[in-house]
Amino acid sequence: MSSTATKDHAELAAIFNRDEPRVDWHDETLWWVRAKRDIAAQKLPEWELLRETASQIKNNVLSNLSSYLEQFEANAIKNGAIVHWAANAEEHNQIIHKLLSERGINRMVKSKSMLTEECHLNEFLAQRGVDVIDSDLGERIVQLAGEPPSHIVLPCIHKKKEEIGDIFHEHLGSAKGESDPKILTETARQHLREVFLTRRAALTGVNFAIAETGEFVICTNEGNADMGAHLAEIHIASMGMEKIIPERKHLGVFLRLLTRSATGQPITTYSSHFAKPQDGKEVHIVIVDNGRSIQLGREDFRNSLKCIRCGACMNTCPVYRKSGGHSYHTAVAGPIGSILAPNLDMKKYADLPFASTLCGSCSNVCPVKIDIHDQLYKWRQVIVQAGYTPTAKTIAMKGMAFTLASPALYRAAGKMGRLTFKYAPFAVNNGANPWYKHREMPKAPEQSFGEWYAKRKEQKK
Amino acid sequence: MKVALFVPCYVDQFYPKAAIATLELLEKLGCEVHYPKNQTCCGQPMANSGYEHLTSGCNSLFIDNFSGYDYIVCPSGSCTLHIKEHLHAHDNEDMATEIRKRVFELTEFLVDILKIDILDATFPYRVGLHQSCHGLRGLRISQMSELVAPAFSKPAQLLNLVRGLELVPLSRADDCCGFGGTFCVVEEAVSSKMGKDRVDDHIEHGAQYITSADLSCLMHLEGILRRQNSDVKVIHVAEILNNSI
Repeated sequence: MSSTATKDHAELAAIFNRDEPRVDWHDETLWWVRAKRDIAAQKLPEWELLRETASQIKNNVLSNLSSYLEQFEANAIKNGAIVHWAANAEEHNQIIHKLLSERGINRMVKSKSMLTEECHLNEFLAQRGVDVIDSDLGERIVQLAGEPPSHIVLPCIHKKKEEIGDIFHEHLGSAKGESDPKILTETARQHLREVFLTRRAALTGVNFAIAETGEFVICTNEGNADMGAHLAEIHIASMGMEKIIPERKHLGVFLRLLTRSATGQPITTYSSHFAKPQDGKEVHIVIVDNGRSIQLGREDFRNSLKCIRCGACMNTCPVYRKSGGHSYHTAVAGPIGSILAPNLDMKKYADLPFASTLCGSCSNVCPVKIDIHDQLYKWRQVIVQAGYTPTAKTIAMKGMAFTLASPALYRAAGKMGRLTFKYAPFAVNNGANPWYKHREMPKAPEQSFGEWYAKRKEQKK
Repeated sequence: MKVALFVPCYVDQFYPKAAIATLELLEKLGCEVHYPKNQTCCGQPMANSGYEHLTSGCNSLFIDNFSGYDYIVCPSGSCTLHIKEHLHAHDNEDMATEIRKRVFELTEFLVDILKIDILDATFPYRVGLHQSCHGLRGLRISQMSELVAPAFSKPAQLLNLVRGLELVPLSRADDCCGFGGTFCVVEEAVSSKMGKDRVDDHIEHGAQYITSADLSCLMHLEGILRRQNSDVKVIHVAEILNNSI
């Protein structure tokens, strides 16, 4: 990630766009997922009602979060789980490291958890001699490639099957040049099976934590969370504190929405409920804040915590499709990431709310109705007010606001602009003008509409 | 019916023909159209860049210019949406609220207020309709593909009244063109690529013209078409609806 640390979204996106056929492939792959989502949604006449219901359940959760969390904790303890609270990423990582080191465990299998990406758990544990293997196929691929996931649901969507073949050849011993997805998947299965059988500790994420019962639900298509959790002595479940739903009966609403929105499937292959530990085994739940209570306190941005991590906003976002997940330089990319990340570090992620045309597609595919594009607009205002924009931009904007507030200045500037276009096109048609790189400038007409109208009025008299 | 014509700044300066067509069309349809001459800009370029706090000058000027009309009509979904969502004034909030209610994008005004169902217009060409996002998802002048809801399109409904005009289908009927205001220069690479892909969709489906209720999108698409030396042209929807041969 070091090479991307100092570059902003626009620069990283420009690098991604140097290979246009690859951009086309990436765009079409994700559009295909969006189209599958559309077909799945269209099959349910009650789709919009489901979205509204999910949104309202989550609004209720956010308004009563502390009591639901306490209820969940009490019920989870009754079930025999051990509950830990982590105020931030550091605490989360330390809790997990302690659980492992106390038991002398230095190898762990982990199913998909964007929270552990957010907390950089793998790096933290690696520095302390703990080997973590990601068991989600896509995550395992990017882990072997030494990259972060580029998408929250489809972590290796930026990789072509031939590239995956090369990675597997290098790390898992598949035949050189082998790129048949079936054979590559079988290679991963054999490799992961050995991992599942030999790891004493398994970490999973949490999709939904049910306050009423103290159980939690994990959705996977590969069954990898179950394989890890059932075989290990200790199951650690990391959950963001917003993952709560009040009652078990609410689960159906979310399960119907989640995978239809994510991939167009009616439901995940495995929707597994975890409540009581097996005899002689342990279940630990780590509930993580890491900035969430700050976001909850931001009136304009709190409902970003309704997110159920389906990734639909990424698949539909034309900017995401044409810039790639890594250009967002944060664990959760795309539109939702761009409204979550500034809460964690406004300066570092000041570019992300601007990596959007505000087209609004994200807000309308969102299964829990987060007003993502309105929040992008609002983050822009907050970021400017906080001073995280270049001085040159602020000066330009002040000049523009001053000119546009005065009809006389506006007319003079407009006329000057048109004259420049007409008689000195080289002043705008050059490399210093980003518009001109791939587009011609508009042709300047002889007169503005205002001038035409004044003349017509004169003639009519 | 006293109608004020709200002409976006870049339309005033670069696309006067679209504003003339809007004016003539509204007059033809019986409106008493006024053009408040001291209008400049709705303030959206600053606001979308994070500088909404600098738009109070534009806001008061807008209120000065557009108070006292039955309707305010604008040949741009994007500028209309900005006024509808962001026009405020500390000392004159009542009037700002009134204006926010009375401002209409041209095609929604023609369909919802004037209830136009016949039109004396001819345009014998194959036309691709570009749905601008602010008109589509902001003003809801058409149904967006994200929702499970009945389809409709006010601009398409009007274009279908035009003699000789054939609307071409598109592979991605409402994908964003990538203009996005200052996005088009700040994120030049992605913006251009998005525009190229939209243009390709129209060309592949045989469009001779690309039309839209928003010239900002069309300005961006025109820049790409002209760079490609394409024969395909852009034209504002008002120019088609006002076209009688």
